[in-house]
Amino acid sequence: MPQADLDTPIAPTAETAPECYHCGDSCATTHIQAEGHSFCCEGCKQVYLLLEENNLCTYYDLDKNPGLKAKGRFSDNRYAYLDNPDIIRQLVQFSSDTQTNVTFSLPQMHCSSCVYLLENLHRINPAIVDSQTNFQRKEVFVRFDPQSISLREVVELLAFIGYEPYISLSNSETNSQPRFNRRRIYQIGVAGFAFSNIMMLSFPEYFSAGNIGIEGLQAVFVWLNVILSLPVLLYSAQDFFISSWKSIRQRYLNIDLPITIAIVVTYGRSYYEILTGTGAGYLDSGTGIVFFMLVGRWFQDKTYDSFSFERDYKAYFPLGVTRITAHGEEAIPIAQLVKGDRILVRHEEMIPADAILMQGDGRVDYSFVSGENTPIEKKKGELIYAGGKQLGAAIELEVVNDVSQSYITKLWNNEVFHGKKNVEKSFIHPWSKYFTYALFTVAIGASIYWWIVNPTNIWPTVTAVLIVACPCSLLLSATFTYGNMLRILGRNKLYLKNASVLEAMGNVNLLVLDKTGTLTDASKQELHYEGTPLSASELRAVQAVCRQSGHPLSKIIATQLADKVEGTLPTIEAYREIQGQGIEARTGAYHLRLGASSFMHANLPPLLSDSGTNVHVMINQTLMGKFRITNDYRNGVDGLASRLPGYEIALLSGDNDTERKNLEQLLGKDIPLLFRQTPQDKLEFIRKAQDQVGKKVLMLGDGLNDAGALMQSQVGIAVSDQQAQFSPASDAILNGTEVGKLDRFLRYARAAKPIVTGSFMLSILYNIVGLSFAASAQLTPVVAAILMPASSISIVLFVTLVSSMVAKKCGL
Amino acid sequence: MSALFILIAISILVAGSFLAAFLWSVKAGQYEDDYTPSIRMLFDDGTTNPEKQSTPNQ
Repeated sequence: MPQADLDTPIAPTAETAPECYHCGDSCATTHIQAEGHSFCCEGCKQVYLLLEENNLCTYYDLDKNPGLKAKGRFSDNRYAYLDNPDIIRQLVQFSSDTQTNVTFSLPQMHCSSCVYLLENLHRINPAIVDSQTNFQRKEVFVRFDPQSISLREVVELLAFIGYEPYISLSNSETNSQPRFNRRRIYQIGVAGFAFSNIMMLSFPEYFSAGNIGIEGLQAVFVWLNVILSLPVLLYSAQDFFISSWKSIRQRYLNIDLPITIAIVVTYGRSYYEILTGTGAGYLDSGTGIVFFMLVGRWFQDKTYDSFSFERDYKAYFPLGVTRITAHGEEAIPIAQLVKGDRILVRHEEMIPADAILMQGDGRVDYSFVSGENTPIEKKKGELIYAGGKQLGAAIELEVVNDVSQSYITKLWNNEVFHGKKNVEKSFIHPWSKYFTYALFTVAIGASIYWWIVNPTNIWPTVTAVLIVACPCSLLLSATFTYGNMLRILGRNKLYLKNASVLEAMGNVNLLVLDKTGTLTDASKQELHYEGTPLSASELRAVQAVCRQSGHPLSKIIATQLADKVEGTLPTIEAYREIQGQGIEARTGAYHLRLGASSFMHANLPPLLSDSGTNVHVMINQTLMGKFRITNDYRNGVDGLASRLPGYEIALLSGDNDTERKNLEQLLGKDIPLLFRQTPQDKLEFIRKAQDQVGKKVLMLGDGLNDAGALMQSQVGIAVSDQQAQFSPASDAILNGTEVGKLDRFLRYARAAKPIVTGSFMLSILYNIVGLSFAASAQLTPVVAAILMPASSISIVLFVTLVSSMVAKKCGL
Repeated sequence: MSALFILIAISILVAGSFLAAFLWSVKAGQYEDDYTPSIRMLFDDGTTNPEKQSTPNQ
C-alpha cells in the first residue's frame, strides 16, 4: 500500500505562525490580536486582558509564554457543588464571618510566573486577603473574605486564569494532617546540640589523661555533661525505646533493639561512673549514637511532598454532583448520591456512579479507566459505567449503583487494597540479627576470659563491648546508601515511596507493562495516511470538514493537518454528522464522507481491516484511503526489551489490538501481548505469575485500570505526565518522559545490595577494631569518642561516593 | 582561674541560644518550603507594567 507523504508536497506553516503570547501555542488556526500581542484563542486573550487590567503583566516577563491554555470562563454550573455548605466545610481549614482559609492543590503550577500570579490574586479581586504558594507541593493557601467572595468564585477565578484546582474527596480528608514531621527535626537539633557540647567539654578530660589540675573544674565539666545528656536520653532517643519495646512485646527482634541496648548500657555505665566518681563516662559517645542514628533516619525518610502514593478511587471522583429533582437542579456532595437519583453530567465531568443514560448523546472517554483511546458512543437507555468522562453536551443519567458499588470502585473491594502490602523483609534484617548474636557471643566470651584472669574487669569489659559495638555504622550504611539512591533516582524523575521499594526493585524478574499512557504518550498521537495520495486542495477540504466536528478523531485530523496544509480553508455546506458513523459535507467541487468503513458505500469492499482508530475518506463517491491515528510511543521505548536481558516482559493492555504490529516491532516478537484486559484480568495475571511461577513482578502502568495490578505486584510504578497528582496508588511514580530509562533504573536498583554489603564489611572491620579494644579492657572514653564518629562518618562518605559513582556508570 | 567558669557558662549560653534559634526556625515553618521563597524574593512590589509606569523624573 503506497503511503502518501504529507510533508513533502506542502510547505509547513507552523513555523511562520506566531506563538500565543499567553500559552505559547501556535496561532496557526486562529489568530487573535490584542494590544500588539498574538493569542491562539479568545480564552487566552481574556486572561491576558484581566492581568493587564490589574497590572500583573510581570507574569509574562518572568518566564516566556508562562500561561496555561485558557478554557474560558466557566459559565455553567461546573462548580455549583462548591456552594454546598457540607462540601465547603470539608474543604476549608478555617472559617469565620470575616475570613476563610483554604489550601488548593494546583498541579499546573510550573514556573516562577505561576508563583507570581498566584500570590497576587488579591490584586485581581480585593476580596482575597492574601495567597501564598508552596511550589514544591504545588499548593496555594488562600485567605479570603467570605462576605464578598464565595469559595466557588475563588475556584472559578483560579480556573479562569488557568489554574483549575484539583479538588477531590480524599485530599480534603487528609489535608488537615501536617506532612512535615517537626518532632524528628527537634529531636535531631537537641541531640546535635548536646553531642557537640559534651564533646567540647570532654576534651580537657581526654587530653589531660583525667587530671585537669584545676580544682572543681573537672566536676563542673562532668555534671554539665550529665545535664546536657538528659534531654537526649529522655527526648531525642524516645522513638528507639518505643520501637524496641514494641518489638519485645511482639517477640520479634528488630533493629532498634540493639541500638536501645547500646544507648542504655552507655548511659548506665556513664552515670554510674560519674556518681561513684570513678570516671567521666562515655556520654559523648552515647549522645553521638543517638544523633547519628536520628540523622540517618531523617535522611532515609525524606519524602516527596508533592506526591501521594496512597491514592484510591476517591481521589479521582468529583466532590459534588448535580442532581435533578422536581424543584430543579441542586449540587450535592457525592456521598449523598443514592440509587435512583437523576444526575446531570456536563462536558469533561466524570460519571460518578454506574448509571443509565436518560437524555442526551453520551460520548464517554474511558481512557483513564480502561486504557482505551477512543471515546465510546452511548445511546439513550444504555448503561454507562462510572469513571468515564463525558465529552460534548451535557447528559442526564439515572444512577443504578451506589458510588462504592460501581464497576470501577468495586476493584477496591478486592483484598489487595485491604491491609498493608506484603513487603518483603529487607536483606539487612538477618544481618542485624547475626550481628546481635555475634555481639552477645563476644561479650560473654570476654566476660568468661576475665572471670578466669581478673574478675574485676568483667563488668567494665562487657559494658565496653556493648558500647563500642553499636550497630550504628551497620545501620547507617543501609540508610545512607538507600537515601542517596532515592535522591539520585528522584533527580531522574523516578520517585520511590521508600527504601524497601528500591530493594524490591533489585529483586524483580518479570516486568509487566501497560500500553496506553505508559508506553504511549496519550497526549501525542500521530496521523498516517494510506491510499491514493490527496492533493493539497483535497487535504484542505478534509481539514475544513473535520474542524466542524467535535469527535476526538476529527479533532486530531484537523489539528495535525493544520500544521501541514497551507492556504485558506474552503467553506462548508450541507454538513451532517452521524453519531458513531462519520461526517459528510460538501465543499466547493468536493463531496466528502469521512468515518468508519461502514459509513462508506456498503457495496465497496473494505479497504483494510477496520478498527476504532481508522478514518476512511471518500471524495466524490470514490474511496480514497484512510487516515490512521497511531499512538506515539515514548522516547526510548524502542529496543527497551533488548536492553533488558534477564527479565521476562509481558504487555497487558485494555485497548484493542490495532497496535500489535507496532508493539511487536518495538518490543520483540517473543513477548506476550495481551489486549482487551479488564482491570481484574490484569490483577489476576500478576497474581498467577506470582503464585504459580513464583515471579517477582514489577508493573508499569497508569490510570485507574492498572490500580489493582500496581497494588498486587511487588513493585508498582505509576507512570504520569507532568501531573504527578493524578497517579493511582503505587510504590513509585515515574515521569512519563523517562519510561525509556527503565533498564537503567533496574540496573541501578540491583547495585544497591552490593553497595550495602560492601559498607557492611567496612563497618565490621571497625567493629573488630573496637571490640578488640573493648574485650581486652582497654576501651578508654577517648578511644570510643574517636572510633564512633570516625566510623560513622567514613561509612557515610563511602556509601554516598560509591552510590553516586554507580549512578554515573548506569547513566543516571 | 574563675574566669574559666564564667567563660564556660557563656559558651553554654551562646550554644543554647543557637539551639533556641534553630527550634524557633523549625517551629516557624522555615523548613517546610525551601523553594518558593527563592522565587518570591525576585518579584517587585507594586506596578511593574512598563507602559503603565509613570516616566521617572528627569
